[in-house]
Formats: sequence, C-alpha cells, structure tokens
Amino acid sequence: MDTPLVELKSVSKYFGSVIALKDVSFDVRPGEVHCLLGDNGAGKSTLIKVLSGVHSPDEGEILVGGAHTRFNSPKDTLDKGIATVYQDLALVPLMSVARNFFLGREPLKKTWGLRQFDVDYANRTAYQQLSDMGIQLRNPEQPVGTLSGGERQCLAIARAIHFGAKVLILDEPTSALGVHQASVVLKLIVQSKARGIGVIFISHNVHHAYVVGDRFTLLKRGRSAGTYQKNEISRDQLLNLMAGGKELVDLEQEIIKLNNGKR
Amino acid sequence: MSLEVKDERVRAVPLLGRLLSRPELGAIAGTVLIFVFFGITAGDSGLFSAKGIVNFLEVSAQLGILAAAVALLMIAGEFDLSIGSMIGFAGIIIAIPPIMWDWPVWASVLMAFASCAFVGYLNGLIVVHTGLPSFIVTLGSLFMLRGLTLGVTRGITGRTQASGLHEYSTGDWITPFFAGQVFRAPIGWLAELGVIGKRADGLPAISGIPVSIVWWIGLTLFFTWLLMRTRFGNWIFASGGEANAARNMGVPVARTKITLFIMTALAAALFATVQVLVTGSADTLRGNLKEFEAIIAVVIGGTLLTGGYGSAIGAMFGALIFGVVQMGIFYTGIDTDWFKLFMGAMMVVAVLFNSYVRARAMRSR
Ligand SMILES: Nc1ncnc2c1ncn2[C@@H]1O[C@H](COP(=O)(O)OP(=O)(O)O)[C@@H](O)[C@H]1O
Ligand SMILES: [Mg+2]
Repeated sequence: MDTPLVELKSVSKYFGSVIALKDVSFDVRPGEVHCLLGDNGAGKSTLIKVLSGVHSPDEGEILVGGAHTRFNSPKDTLDKGIATVYQDLALVPLMSVARNFFLGREPLKKTWGLRQFDVDYANRTAYQQLSDMGIQLRNPEQPVGTLSGGERQCLAIARAIHFGAKVLILDEPTSALGVHQASVVLKLIVQSKARGIGVIFISHNVHHAYVVGDRFTLLKRGRSAGTYQKNEISRDQLLNLMAGGKELVDLEQEIIKLNNGKR
Repeated sequence: MSLEVKDERVRAVPLLGRLLSRPELGAIAGTVLIFVFFGITAGDSGLFSAKGIVNFLEVSAQLGILAAAVALLMIAGEFDLSIGSMIGFAGIIIAIPPIMWDWPVWASVLMAFASCAFVGYLNGLIVVHTGLPSFIVTLGSLFMLRGLTLGVTRGITGRTQASGLHEYSTGDWITPFFAGQVFRAPIGWLAELGVIGKRADGLPAISGIPVSIVWWIGLTLFFTWLLMRTRFGNWIFASGGEANAARNMGVPVARTKITLFIMTALAAALFATVQVLVTGSADTLRGNLKEFEAIIAVVIGGTLLTGGYGSAIGAMFGALIFGVVQMGIFYTGIDTDWFKLFMGAMMVVAVLFNSYVRARAMRSR
C-alpha cells in the first residue's frame, strides 16, 4: 500500500469543555476518495480545519508523506499541496472566471520592462483547464456570478488542481446542488482521483458519497465510529449507520406497538 | 481580450448588450448628452471656443485627478472623505514655509506630498486594523485635518490664508510641472491657421494647454493600466468584491487597501499643488466638499458604491461631465445656484443606471 499523502494519528481537539474530536485517526492515499460522514456537530468541520491548518490539534500527530509535520497556517498547508475548497468557495462573483482562477497567483509577462498581468494567458489557461475537466465555459471573461452553483464548485476544484494540489479537501461540495449539478461535481471528483490526487470528501449525502468513495469514515460525537472499505459495507448498511440505525429500528418497533395497540 | 473562444453556446451578444456590461458606458453616454445639450443651449456663448474648452477641461482636470484615485479606492470597497480637508492641509504646507521661512518651493511641495502620504497611510492603517467602516474613520480625519490646518495656520501667521506665493514659485524649477502650460508651439501654430480665435489685442485666445490636464489624462491612463493589466489591479477588484475570498486565496487585502489610501492622499496633494502654484495663494478652507464631488464623479463613471466593480476611465468622464456642466451653466447665464441640484440629480440617475447595468452583467448567461 502507498504511504498516505496525509495522515492524522489519534488526534484530539477541545474547545474549552467541548470535546470536538477525540482520538480520531484518518488518512488519504494517492488516487483515493476517502469520505468523511457524520451527523451535524459530529466534528467533521473541525477535522477538516485540523487537516487544512486552521486549527492545530491538542493531542495527536500529523504526517505528510509519512513525515511528522506541523501546519503553521492555511497558506503553509496549501504550500504542502493540501488544498481545501471552502464552503464559501473563495470566489469573487463580480470578477471574471479567468481572474478568479488566477486570484492571488496572477501570471505575469514582461512588456517594455514592465511586469504585467498576462490576461491572454489567464483567459486561455482557465478556459483550457476547465474544458479539460469537462466544463465548457461560454467565455472566460464572464463574471463568476453568472455561473451556476455546480460550475462554481468545479471552478474552485479545477483551480486547486491546476496549482498542484496533491490532496483535495471538499467540504459538502454537493449539498447545495441539484441532481444534475451534483453529478457534474461528482464526475470531477472521479477525474481528480484518476489523476492520482487524494480526495477527502465530506458529505451528508450517503448516495453521493457511496458513488465515488473508496473508503468511508464515520464520525459520531467527536469519535470515529469506524473506517470501512467499499467492499466491506453496502450502501444500506452505511445508510443505517449514518442515520443512527439503532434509533430508527427502535422507532420502528414503537410504531408497530402503537399500531397493534389501536387494533 | 483578443482571445477567440468558439463554443456553440456562445450567443452573439448584440453590441449594445456587450457595451452595457462595461462600467463606463453610462458616463460616456451622459457626456454625449451633456455636449449635445450645451451645444444647443450654449453653442454660441463661447463655451466651445478654445478658451471655453480649456476652462472646462481645467475644472474637470482638477476634479479628475482626485476622482481617478478615488475610483480605485472605491473599487477596493473603501471611501476617503478626508481628501477635501487634505487639500487645504497640503496647500498650507506648500505656501507657508517659503513665505515665512524662505524654504525653496520644491522643498515645501515635497513636504506636502510626504505629509499627505503619511496621513493616508494612517487612514488606511486604522481602517484595516480596526475593521471600522472607512466612511467613519475618514470622516474623523476630515474634521481633524481641517481643525489642525486652521489652528496651526492661525498660530503661525495670525490669519487663515497665505498669499503672495508667486514671488517665490515663479523661478522654482518645480513650478512648470504643476502650473505651466504645454503644447504652446502647436497652439500658436493653430492660432496662425485661424483654428483658434484671437483676442482683441491680436494674441491667441489661449497660449497653451494647462499641465493639469496632462496630469489628469496621464493618471487616468496609468490607473486604468494598473486596474486591468497588473496583479495589483486584480487585488483591487478582489478586495472590494469579496475580501474574505481574496484573503483565502492569499491576496494581501490590507496592504492593497492601505496603498490605495496613500494614493488618494497623494492625489489630494497633487490637486493642492496645482491649485496653489496656479493661484499663488493657499487657504485653510480650500478643498471643501471635494471629497463628495470626487465620489459623484466616480459614481457617474459607473463604479459601484459597494465596491468590486468600476473603472478609472469612467471616473474621467464623470469629472468631464462635472466640468462641462459647471462651466456650461456659467456660460449660458443660468443662475449657478442650479449647478448642485443638477449634479446631485445626475448622480442619483447614475446610481440607478449602474445597479441596472450590474444586474444585467450578472445574468448575462
Ligand atoms: N471554534 C469553536 N469553538 C467552540 N466550539 C466549537 C468550535 N468549532 C466547533 N465547535 C463544536 O465542536 C463540535 C463539532 O463541530 P463541527 O466540527 O462543526 O461539526 P460538523 O461539521 O460535523 O457539523 C460542535 O459541538 C461544535 O459546537
Ligand atoms: Mg460542518
């Protein structure tokens, strides 16, 4: 097996008296989609923030490519090849697709001794990169505000890949999207995987996760409730685990009892 | 912009639709309307004689110098209300040292630019680090600078004005760069040809183009290049459009904004230098309301009050409209009291038009 691109070992994170994460281990390998599932408040976002350098863990270790590491800042993490596609997407709606694509990393060219923003290169490259990933733009100069939710998500992912991300962290990328839009994003996740990128995919939606996922980790109240290979678990089992299987079974029993009582 | 991308989903957008997605369109259309209007009502009043044109261009140029810098700051999502009193402040710094202590004029001009840059830096620093709206922070500086200028000037000279600077500035090497005229030879030649009228004493009606007009156009072109063709320009749009997203992508939003506050302050210093060296006097009350006139010109020029969208070229046309209307009202003999009513109304119309254009731009799919 490959060494994980990034690995958390027995990580804990506390916010005052709140135990946000306790003893959680998690990793992702090249060319793998590892889904992180869990209820609201389970600690998914906290785990992601530890992985992206926003929070430093109170206990446990972080390894990048097998070596012990500390993330000093989100920028530092990005430089190590771990890119988080934020839920707010880090896009500026009034600016063009190309200008957003290169935001903060504008390509320069030298004309008459002046270092200029190479607009033509930016337009060409943004258009090309997006179309390579199956997103046909009408015009790289159209404002991002005119794109659909799915297209925006794809733009943010394509941008991370273009700038050399080895690990992609996607926090609920499909949750706000319609069926068609979500499938466009899922397709892009599969493509990223094919390029050897390790994808960490956070989702509420087991259907979306099961389609693209290779491994599944369940978080419950800040603790890991197990990691499963795809061949070890069926979608229904996963659904049951997710939905708090026992609670649903109990509920079912009660309804049956109630109905019997009526008769 | 020369990129040709063919895609079956590209609809041939009609020319008008494409133009409507440029921020400066409204101001250009407005300029045409204003010219037609005064062409009809003031056609033979001398507004469009060589002298009249230079007159309104000079008014536009001075405001336009401010507006160009203010446009960039507003695109970055901030306001600078302090530039009005900054003009009075810089003017006094330029005038008093030569008159009172025999400083060379170039030294006092340098001093004015440096002082304004410092105040601009402070404005920016406070806005960026407190997170307070720049509207409030610079409103504070507006009052503080005016008070400081008044207090210090009265303390030193016993008055609130300083005049007689011409005596010191005429021979200074720096004067032609701010108060001189350019293109004197071609203007003289045009006068020979009869294109430019002559005065009663036989001299051409104008002897050259005031250098402030060159500053205005030069600054506008430079700022347009900065916005459209540099990394810094991309940061300006992003800082005003969605500061958080910009920060997440590693854009130095704070540094970008502070730099722009320094630029508006320097524009105020340039305005003051031109004004003081042309008139030979300074007054603590100079520049009153210029901060709002500049905002009006910028907004007429298509820049959004909320930031993230706009242009320096638009601000140039906004300032041109301002100058033409001001001088046009004067030349047609309409009571100049009506000027402010007109400009205020013009701005409201421009804001309505801008929000329409933006809404249109955002649904251009
Ligand atoms: N910055 C914080 N300060 C205090 N408590 C926090 C903070 N971030 C998260 N928490 C708490 O940690 C727990 C896990 O939250 P989170 O990671 O956001 O869950 P999820 O993303 O799975 O819904 C929650 O109880 C939440 O209230
Ligand atoms: Mg969350």
